Amino acid sequence: MTTTEIGRSIDARGMPCPGPLMSLIGAIREGKVGDVIEVLSSDEGSRTDIPAWLTKAGHELVEVVDEDGFTRFVVKKVR
Amino acid sequence: MPARITVLGGGVGGTLAANLLSKELGRDAKITVVDPTGMHVYQPGFLYVALGQANGRWLARDERTLLRGDVELVVEQAMSVDPDAGLVGLERGGTLEWDYLVLATGARLVYDSVPGLSEGSHEFYSLAGAQRLREELRRFRGGRIRVGIAGIPYKCPPAPVEFVFMLEEYLRHRGIRDRSEITLLSPLNRAFTIENASKVIQPFMEARGIGLTTFFNVESVDPAAGTVSSLEGEKTEYDLLVLVPPHRGQQLIDDSGLGDASGWLPTDRRSLQVGEHERIFAMGDATDLPISKSGSTAHFEAPVVASRISSLVRGTAPRTNYGGRVMCFLETGGGKATALRFDYEHPPTPPQPNRVWHAAKWMFNRLYWQTVPQGRIPERAPKERGAA
Repeated sequence: MTTTEIGRSIDARGMPCPGPLMSLIGAIREGKVGDVIEVLSSDEGSRTDIPAWLTKAGHELVEVVDEDGFTRFVVKKVR
Repeated sequence: MPARITVLGGGVGGTLAANLLSKELGRDAKITVVDPTGMHVYQPGFLYVALGQANGRWLARDERTLLRGDVELVVEQAMSVDPDAGLVGLERGGTLEWDYLVLATGARLVYDSVPGLSEGSHEFYSLAGAQRLREELRRFRGGRIRVGIAGIPYKCPPAPVEFVFMLEEYLRHRGIRDRSEITLLSPLNRAFTIENASKVIQPFMEARGIGLTTFFNVESVDPAAGTVSSLEGEKTEYDLLVLVPPHRGQQLIDDSGLGDASGWLPTDRRSLQVGEHERIFAMGDATDLPISKSGSTAHFEAPVVASRISSLVRGTAPRTNYGGRVMCFLETGGGKATALRFDYEHPPTPPQPNRVWHAAKWMFNRLYWQTVPQGRIPERAPKERGAA
């Protein structure tokens, strides 16, 4: 479990690619520096798309956790 | 007393649903379509207008001529929906009472949500915008053209990709291709939302010398400097910028409190029912469904909505569900096109672009007015039947 306090949670389970990533991008757009956002995704593509986008955009991937049937990404907006 | 069915929106979905309901229910229903303009616009044609291949006249028809005789058309802006009282408020102060409501209100373009967008960029998502872009392209003598997407979701996801292919061909025909640079600014790490389709498209882009910048989510435009900046922190210069404007649901949906934060209607992915409202259905661009916003989507949803309302009126069990079916053509230039056919469970496996699909798209464009609004294109039976 993460010790970081989650500010916003996006349940994108069942959403096909690129829905979970686009939801995260929307949340980053609306959020402020320091916000921690959690994304729940059952789409396999998210495992590559989300880390790749975070690297390009310069935000932090705090944690990736495999849950039962989905993956939980914890992201911090750093700029 | 006949069931009162009100359809808001005279686009693909609203028109087809009204006609199918009329056919199915006959005198057992009084059907009213409310549309602010009374003109039915074939939006896929905007792309051709922008590139000088079609004029605006081909793209619009009087909605009255597309509706069955017993469907009433009210040409007025709907201002509000009261789901509990079963009322729609109209712009000139009147109200319509309904027993069943179909929300086919579409999407609107919100240019002001991206700084500099209106002043600094062109678009082909409205007829006026496509006509302005056509004039700008006629004046264009070479330079850097950037084509991007200023917000997701947006209508007709293949359109920006089609545009770059057709633009490349257009510039070649004008003899200024070698003086021009075309770059697609994609919000994703590939050219198109659907991975399978990107795998087919990207080699064609490379072969035509069309550049691709990935993970470029437009944040702002600086018209004075001629630059466009991304959320990811990149900035690129342009001589001509073409951006898909951000979309959101209609003001009416916001004002009625029925939509989410972006104005999209929370819609059941199978029944197309809106939220907990058993007598309200949505389709097309207005929904929050995680599928393409396109005329094709509305085309395949309308029969489900019509069937479900007919069942409610008749007091019988629902017969159909929407399975997420969408079918889109994608022009790749050079007289070739591919096709994207998919549903909730099956991603598309597009064929290699060929002349047959290009011909099919042209044929569809030409036959649209005589087929789709009237329901004359046979529907494949939905995969799931009988489920409530």
